[in-house]
Order: sequence, then C-alpha cells, then structure tokens
Amino acid sequence: MATTHTRTAARWMAAPSILLLFMWMIVPLGMTVYFSFLHYNLLSPGEESWAGLMNYEFFVTDPAFKDAVFNTLYLVLGVLLITTVGGTLLALLLDQPFWGQGVARLMVIAPFFVMPTVSALVWKNMLMHPVNGLFAWIARTLGFQPVDWLGAYPLTSITIIVAWQWLPFATLILLTALQSLDQEQKEAAEMDGAGAFSIFRHITLPHLSRALTVVVLIETIFLLNVFAEILVTTNGGPGTASTNLGFLIYMQGLLQFDAGGASAGGVIAVILANVVAFFLIRAIGKNLEA
Amino acid sequence: MSRMTSRFAACSALAIMMGAGGAFAQTTTVTIATVNNGDMIRMQKLADDFAAKHPDIKLEWVTLEENMLRQRVTTDIAAKGGQYDVMTIGTYEAPIWAERGWLLALDKLGEDYDAEDILPSIRSSVSRDGVLYAAPFYGESSMVMYRKDLMEKAGLTMPEAPTWEFVGQAARAMTDKPNEIYGICLRGKAGWGENMALLSAMANSFGGRWFDMDWKPQFDAKPWKDTLTFYLDLMKDAGPPGASSNGFNENLALFQTGKCGMWIDATVAASFVTNPAESKVADQVGFALAPDNGLGKRGNWLWAWNLAVPAGSQKSEAAQKFISWATSKDYLNLVAERDGWANVPPGTRASLYENPAYLEAAPFAQMTLDSINAADPTNSAVEPTPYVGVQFVAIPEFQAIGTTVGQQFAAALAGQTTADQALQNAQRAVEREMRRAGYPK
Amino acid sequence: MARATTTRRKALMTALGWGVAFVIFFPILWTFLTSFKTEAEAVTTPPKFLFFDWTLANYHEVNSRSNYMRFAMNSVIIAFGSTLLGLLVAIPAAWAMAFSPTKRTKDLLMWMLSTKMMPAVGVLIPIYILFRDFRLLDTHFGMVLVMTLINLPIIVWMLYTYFKEIPAPILEAARMDGATLRQEIVDVLAPMAVPGIASTVLLNVILAWNEAFWTLNLTTTKAAPLTAFIASYSSPEGLFWAKLSAASTMAIAPIVLLGWFSQKQLVRGLTFGAVK
Repeated sequence: MATTHTRTAARWMAAPSILLLFMWMIVPLGMTVYFSFLHYNLLSPGEESWAGLMNYEFFVTDPAFKDAVFNTLYLVLGVLLITTVGGTLLALLLDQPFWGQGVARLMVIAPFFVMPTVSALVWKNMLMHPVNGLFAWIARTLGFQPVDWLGAYPLTSITIIVAWQWLPFATLILLTALQSLDQEQKEAAEMDGAGAFSIFRHITLPHLSRALTVVVLIETIFLLNVFAEILVTTNGGPGTASTNLGFLIYMQGLLQFDAGGASAGGVIAVILANVVAFFLIRAIGKNLEA
Repeated sequence: MSRMTSRFAACSALAIMMGAGGAFAQTTTVTIATVNNGDMIRMQKLADDFAAKHPDIKLEWVTLEENMLRQRVTTDIAAKGGQYDVMTIGTYEAPIWAERGWLLALDKLGEDYDAEDILPSIRSSVSRDGVLYAAPFYGESSMVMYRKDLMEKAGLTMPEAPTWEFVGQAARAMTDKPNEIYGICLRGKAGWGENMALLSAMANSFGGRWFDMDWKPQFDAKPWKDTLTFYLDLMKDAGPPGASSNGFNENLALFQTGKCGMWIDATVAASFVTNPAESKVADQVGFALAPDNGLGKRGNWLWAWNLAVPAGSQKSEAAQKFISWATSKDYLNLVAERDGWANVPPGTRASLYENPAYLEAAPFAQMTLDSINAADPTNSAVEPTPYVGVQFVAIPEFQAIGTTVGQQFAAALAGQTTADQALQNAQRAVEREMRRAGYPK
Repeated sequence: MARATTTRRKALMTALGWGVAFVIFFPILWTFLTSFKTEAEAVTTPPKFLFFDWTLANYHEVNSRSNYMRFAMNSVIIAFGSTLLGLLVAIPAAWAMAFSPTKRTKDLLMWMLSTKMMPAVGVLIPIYILFRDFRLLDTHFGMVLVMTLINLPIIVWMLYTYFKEIPAPILEAARMDGATLRQEIVDVLAPMAVPGIASTVLLNVILAWNEAFWTLNLTTTKAAPLTAFIASYSSPEGLFWAKLSAASTMAIAPIVLLGWFSQKQLVRGLTFGAVK
C-alpha cells in the first residue's frame, strides 16, 4: 500500500525518537555497567579499582535484596489490585446518572494531579500520623488505640498512598471504556432476565478487558519505580520493611555513596525490569492488538 | 491549537533565554545549601542584613531536609558539580572532606572574626593542622529536657546529673497514655545521624563502643545488648506511638505540643521548646545533663553544623564574606536584636557564655556549655577505641554502616524483630561492610 | 411507579457517588482547609473543620521563605517545554509507525516503553557526571531534555494510538489529489489529530510537573521547579502542619486547576487506544 518513498520517509521520521531514546538508554547504562565492576566509592575518588563481580555478589547476598524484590512486587501488585478493582467499581458508579455527577467526577480525579511528594507528605503528616493525624483522632474517638500506620504497616500504608494517586487514572480510563459500551446489548440482556451481576460478568467485564490491560501496563511502568513516596514517608524502614529495589539502590548509591554497589544494583534492576516487561507484554500484549 | 502551541513555544523560549541571561548579571550570586532546621531558617530570614551590607552579593538558598541535603552536597562535591558556593556540613564530614582536599581553607573571614573565640572542642573538629576548613554555625551536645509540671505530678525531682535508672523510672511514672502524655520521647527514625546518634552516645555510657582496637564490631558484646534492651523496654512502656519514624524534628513537635514528659536530644532544641511562640509548654521546661550509668561516660554527643566552601569555587571571596557574616559575633547580636537572646545560635562561641544578657535570657545556657565540654570525641567510650567521634566513627564507610545498623534498631523498635536479632544482624552487616572496605587498615 | 424507583435510585446513587467522591477528595480538601489555620489550630483535638479563624499567615510565611513564583515559573517551563519538545520528536515517529507499520513496529513501541522501567536511581551518578560535563546541571534546557526523554515513550504511544484511528482512506484520497507529505500532515492529519494531541499534551504536562526524582537531583536554584520547593518543607520543624499545608496547596494548585479545567479534553483522549 505504502510506497517505498513514504517508507523511507517514515523511517526518517521515526529515527529521532528512536535515536534519542537509544542514547538515553545506552549511554548511562553503559557507564552503569562499567561502574558496576569497580570498587568505586564517591567519597574516595581516585581510588577506583577493578572489583570483578564482587559488587554483584554483595548486592545479591545483601539480606535486604530479597526483601526489596518482595516489596517491589508487593507494591506493584497491591496497587494494581486496588486500582483495578476500585477503579472498576468507581467507574460503574460514576457511569450512573446522579445529581452533581460532574462535580463528583472532578473530586474523584483530583488525586491524579497531586505530585507524589505532596501526597506522601499529606498522608504521612495529616492523616496517618499516630499522634496528630486525623486517623488517630478517629480511632481515639471510637475508643480504639491509634494505629501507627507507617511504623506498624509501612508497606501497606505506602501501597494505600500510591493506590490513592493511581485510582483516578484507572477510573478515568475504565469510565471512558464503559461509556462506549453498547447500551442495546445491555438492554437486550435485561429483557432476557439477566441479573445485574450476570450482565456485568458477561457483557461489561469483557468489554473492559482492553482498558484494564492498558491500566495494568501503564501503572506497572510507573509502579516499578515508586520512589518519592517511600523517601518521604518511611525512608525504606523500619528496617527494610518498605525498601523496594529502587530505594535499595538509592541507599547504596546516594546515602552510602557506594557507586559501584549501586551500579551493580542498577544493572540487576534493569534486568529484572526487562524480565517483568517481557512477561507483561507476552501476557497482555495480545490484548492490545488492534 | 497550533497558534496556542507556538505561543507556548515562544514563551518558553523567551523564558529560557531570560533564565540564561540572569547568569551574566553584574552581582555575584552565592548559592547556599542548608538544612531546614530552625536556626538556619532564621538565618535565611535575617539575610536582608547581609544584603544591606553587601549589595553586590546576591544569595540563593537551597533548603533541604537533612538526609536529602547530605546526599545532594556529597554528590555534588564528590562529582565536582560546582552547584553550591556554600555548603552546610556536619562535624562528621568536615575532617574527611578536608583531608580529601575538597574544602577551601577559610582564610578570608576578616580581621575581627576572632576564630580563637570558638569553643575548643568544636573548633578542633572542623580544623586540620590548625587551619579552619568550616566555620561552626551552631554547636550542640545532647541533654535531658523535661516537663517540670509533669515531674512534680509524678512526685519526683530531676537531679542535675541523672542516671539512666532514674530516667527510666521517671518516664514510666509520667506516662499517661489515655491523655496522650508519653514519659519519654527518643529518636527512633533510622539513620546514622538520627537514632544512631542517640544510641551510640547512649552505648558509650553503658560501656559500649562501635569497634575494638582491631576494628572488630562490638554489637555482640554485653554493653550494646544492655543499651538496646533498656531503650526498647523504655520506649515500649513510656514512648509515643510511631516512635520508629521520629527524628529530631518529629520529637520537637511532640514536645512542643506537650505530649512528652522527657526528651533527650540536642541542646539546640532548648531555645525552641522554651519559646512561647512555638511551644505550648514553654514555661514548664527544665534541663539536666544526659544520663549516665556510673561508668564515667555520659550519654551525650557532640555535633556542629558548619558552613564550608568547596575547593575550586569561583566565588570563594563572596562565599567567605557570607560565612563570616553568618558565624560572627555580630550575627549573634543581630539575632538578639531581632528575635531576642534566647534564639541566638548556641554552642560555638565562648564569649556568648560570658554574656550576661544571654545567660539571663537562656536558662539552658550553662547546661549546654557543660554538656558540650563534657563530650570528648577522641576518647568517647569507656574502653579504648581506634576511631574519633562520639556518636559517629569518622571514617567514610560510617554513613553506610551507621544507617544499616540504624535500620535494624528501628525495626526492633517497631516490633518487627527482637533486640537479639537486631544486634545479630547489625553485627553481621557491619562485619561484612568492614571486610569489604578492607579493615583493619 | 417506574419514575419513583428511578428517582429513588438516583437519590441513592447521588448519596453514594458523593460519599465516595468526598472520601477520595478528602486529603486534598483537608490540606486546603488546614492551610488557613494557625499552627495551634492545625493540631487541636477534636479537629476543626470549618469554624476556625481563617488566616493567610501561612501563605505569607511560605512566600517570605521561598521565591514561589520562580519555582512555579520553572515548573511551567519544564513541563510545557518538555511536552513541546517531546511532541516535536514524537509526532513524526508516531505518524510513521501508524501509517507505515513494519513487522517490528509493535516491538519498537514496547521497547520504548521498557526504557521507562529503568530505575532512575541506578543511573543518577552517570547522568550527573554527564550533566556536569555538558554544563547542564541546574539549567532549564537540561531539565527539559530529561523530562522529554523520560516521557517520550508515553507520548509516542499515545499519539500512535490516536493516529491509528484516523482512517487511512482519507489520507490516500488526499495523496491521490496530489498532496505532498507536508500537506498531508498539516492539512489532513493535524485537524483530526488535535483532540489526541491535546490530551497527550495535558497528560505529559501533568507527568512532567509531578516528576520528583530528576527535578530534585539535577537542579539547585535557577531551574528548580515546585517539587524542589516542596522538598524544603518535607520534614517537620516543630509545629509545621499549617505551613506544610500552605506550601502543598501552592505546589499543587496550578496543576489541579489546569487538570480540572481541561478535564474533558484529558478524558476524551486518555484511552491509549483502549476504547474502540
């Protein structure tokens, strides 16, 4: 269909993006790989020496590493679960006609615009703070002992905060998809005496599957790199209870200034992320075929 | 849309050019990186005085939380990024950085700067071969701050130099959890400058130390176990909820809102907790020396925040002018004039502690001075140590191991591991890091 | 009868919808309210919701401490600058992928997305060193560049999905009429793509505005955006709840308002090809 002429043109047009991204990926990555084989402490410049695989060995055998991998997965899956289920329910709700729907929708999408640092600060200090937070006040009013959210359930608390930020995103995409649902099909099913749940199960949900795929894909990309929320709220603690892979690398590289170890961690994280990406795309990429 | 887009493009292009143009202006711009502690924020507010005296120097402030600040300035100085002209650094960084040649010797602070007036223990920790590499902005030790009213209610009297045993007993007696009164607030947030500052200093008074003379970590020895067990039990019985995320600033807020009976922390907090504008309990605060265990060492640390100029700074002259202004006797007078003597940054100049106006306005002055004088960085533990530093070990690797150990102890405080487990993990992690760093050197 | 049920149902839905919306919106509302309290009132128990002495003192305090306008201006420059630069690079790429796809187009797209999974912290030190050598630290251009690069995959993908929905026959008809490539893009493609481009712009402005790793680590003062502004309030300084609320409100207000006003545009396009 397309001529060779336009094909060549197309290639040229795509080139800048690809080239830029390739440089962005390969230059720092190359340097990171190089650093990962060095004894390289930022505080001792000029004393770099070849380390072989020692940085990798130390990173992987660090007891925090296992925790970090688990925490990363917990965080990604936890937020995905809350936002897809919650987002579907919210979308269904917002799809119903009710008074002041427009304003309610504005309120629901607002968290998506809030920068992660701010939302983490607000949740930590205004809501989850065990002494001055609102949740503590509610608990005391109801006669319970206030919960020390970030101390006792650090990872769950962070999951809640991050899910709060991403819930609107999922809701919006799912709502748009819902609105394109064929009403006649639904009405026909109602005529046949299908219950609300059965309609949801057999008509609505399949219709939403593509939108759900998009939500999962985009959110995963961002959730693998959750950083600001952890930095602001728990600093990865207590212990390593809320350290994800990115934060572990941050601690190694920028709090302990071990650039070699952090680079090894970075390489490992890139590999793991690509493994996730591979499976993710295999698993749900099909759904995205037009 | 396309018209709108091009307008945006024009605007942002213009803005970028304006931004670039600013750099070529006539005045010298000095960029200062500092911590968001109360005294530094006050300095920022008083900078109009500096501007009036030096109209040709423009100050730019980067105010960050302690950990973030340390990360930013260390990255920058190690990578020679040249982003800052004045950096706020601690007594831990100063000797290490000076040794590496990263800091400029401060030799243009002016005739009347009077460096001799700086308290000897503080001055020696920021000097190298008698040359000043960083100028102390404020110095601190740690001490006990307590609520006189609650102490009285509990039927106890705070001695001037309490023991840990008394502190434990008093904290439990003052606690009234239903009314949100917690007998003691101590640091719990993980970090070598947070919970480990308290715990390392505390361990000194329990007879503990970080390393023996062969650089072997000592977390498997009894003193550390006693320290940690005492700390955990005390915090469980009499500490506030969420203590594992409380650092200096968090505890300050708790104490100021009247939720703490006692608080063992930096002497510099004294002016904040006695300031009626910020503190609900300003008129009820008493002070005592940090507790001991009768072993000859008290659990108090020594720290100062200092201003330094990175080597190779293009604006070293202007930077030193600023440092001279901010750490001079005149600055103390300026703060006194604007905000009262009690708010003067403490712990750096001997002359301040001879000033009757200050001694009158600051009931905590003598206690601060005594605490600072009682700390000895070269001889901090009961047993001999191969390192310098009271609540830290002045080696580059300490940030890593201090934070790792701090995390273990924070986890124990949050109830996620036991004291034994935490100590064992700490011992193993430190051994690992030290082996990797090639100790003993 | 039927109408009565509908009304009752609608009333029920209204209550439910507003209830849920209120809960989700509450943290923002609470921050906004607290920013007008005095520090003492911000921590009183029981909390005061509306009946307190409204004060602007916190805003004055924050303003006297930080040059808010400069931070905000930097955010605008970085967010819009990077989005524009991103569009400039991405439109041709997305166009090419949508209209002359090859076997590898899908893989290419997925590869682009996978670059976003790279943990930023892992490459900070190399990037910092490169930025130092190219004198890009704390410059608008450097930040625009980084933001463009990290958001480029999303921009390309979004545009690709919109372009693909433009019926090819229309383009072919234009081509038959002798339109050049340039005319094809400017006259035929652009008008149809505007809604898609608009929502791409909005999403990317939001993402760039809120990015808090690179902006914090590569800027100091001249190019520091609002994420750096809020970082100076990120740990308590004694009683700080009201000040924190004021600073937070100031940091998020511009982008929340933009998001609200352009909500329809954003929603219309925020489908990533998920809706056929």
